[in-house]
Amino acid sequence: MFKQKNYLALGVVVIVAVVLLSLPTRATARLKLAVGSWFLPLFGLAGAAQQLPADLADSVLPRRELLQQVDTLRRENQQLRSQAVQSAAIARENDQLHALLNWQKTVPWKLKLAQVVMRDPANWWRSIQIDLGSRDGLTNDMPVITAAGLVGRVSSVSTTHSQVVLVGDPNCRVSSLVENAARDMGVLIAGGTLDTSLVELTYLASSANLKPGQSVVTSGLGGVFPKGIPIGQIVDSRAVEYGLYTEARVKLNANLGSLEQVWVLFK
Amino acid sequence: MNIFQTILILAGAFLAVFGEATLSAPRVFLGAQVDLLPALMIYAALNTGLVTVALLAVLGGIWFDTLSANPLGISILPLLAVGFPICLRRDLILRDLPFAQLVLGAFASAAVPALTLLMLLSGGAELLLGWGTLWQWLVMAAVGAVATPFVFSLMNACSRALGYQPRIENSFRPDREIRHGKILKRL
Repeated sequence: MFKQKNYLALGVVVIVAVVLLSLPTRATARLKLAVGSWFLPLFGLAGAAQQLPADLADSVLPRRELLQQVDTLRRENQQLRSQAVQSAAIARENDQLHALLNWQKTVPWKLKLAQVVMRDPANWWRSIQIDLGSRDGLTNDMPVITAAGLVGRVSSVSTTHSQVVLVGDPNCRVSSLVENAARDMGVLIAGGTLDTSLVELTYLASSANLKPGQSVVTSGLGGVFPKGIPIGQIVDSRAVEYGLYTEARVKLNANLGSLEQVWVLFK
Repeated sequence: MNIFQTILILAGAFLAVFGEATLSAPRVFLGAQVDLLPALMIYAALNTGLVTVALLAVLGGIWFDTLSANPLGISILPLLAVGFPICLRRDLILRDLPFAQLVLGAFASAAVPALTLLMLLSGGAELLLGWGTLWQWLVMAAVGAVATPFVFSLMNACSRALGYQPRIENSFRPDREIRHGKILKRL
């Protein structure tokens, strides 16, 4: 049954697997980048196919509806412009106060829009790939958000694509702050395996006064995520380890199950 | 078996991995992403040789790990561990029966993620595990089982439509041809 040819095939595959698994991280990343580029034409095709129905719908939209949309957008634009002017005035005032108190000036964050091109095919990771890479200025550990709230952070970058590890993955822990009177702080860790909208907030003080509906935002500690990005809302809480600390379930604001576009934060 | 069948299986694996990464419908409706590589491995193990099984294990595993956060190469050995023994013992398997394909598909679709998880955990990786993982594992096994007979039908149909067929032997032998004389040919 076991001929020499069989031994040879088995040996070759085992050697390939062992060599790949023992490669240094940088070499593995480069190899992943090279192999991942084989899928680029398919990503392009899939993107075009997804865009086609939207383009078709746009082309058959009645003129009256388009004019209404333009009118709404114009009004919204005017409101946002006036808000931007007010914000600029507040920012100037803030800078002046910072200068008076000799505080370090904070660098404002810039945003870059990215399309989600794929999700992790394995069920035991929670990550996505976006269509921005090192050529767009992305580096590791950049925060990724949507209009609703925090999504995750960039975990690896190739030339044209990047991998984003999502909130709720064991490799994306976020220092968080509950917006209550005590400003309780904790660490956001992995949540349930089936429900992507729930994560655990742990290492909260045993005296934490948590109520359902309280907002959770990033604390700014750790240096990866800037302070104040909305994460979600408290669902419930319980004492753990015989009351040593408190854990809470947090419902995420961003819908991680149906991400299509995300924003990457740049300094 | 010809080289075209190997190319067809590898192309199928490439598309299967791409589909798993881009189609989120199974995740939305079933709570788990399904994996078609084990079903393809069963097809390769029962219909092709060891070289194709080895190639599918290596390339399929690398493609899957490239699009995933898995360490590169972790999926190779589980795929090989399923395909290799089946390939060696395939003469004992009623490979044309859909029920046999279904059972083998369930076994492979359950074994491959379990072995991959075992390898990841033994390597000290922190994974998203819980009671939901059991449900995901059952879904993967069940969908893999149902998908295997379809994979067999699809691959056989593609093989018939696109590949060249083996020459059919018949009883005619040119050296036994009765050659007629000139007189008979004129008649």
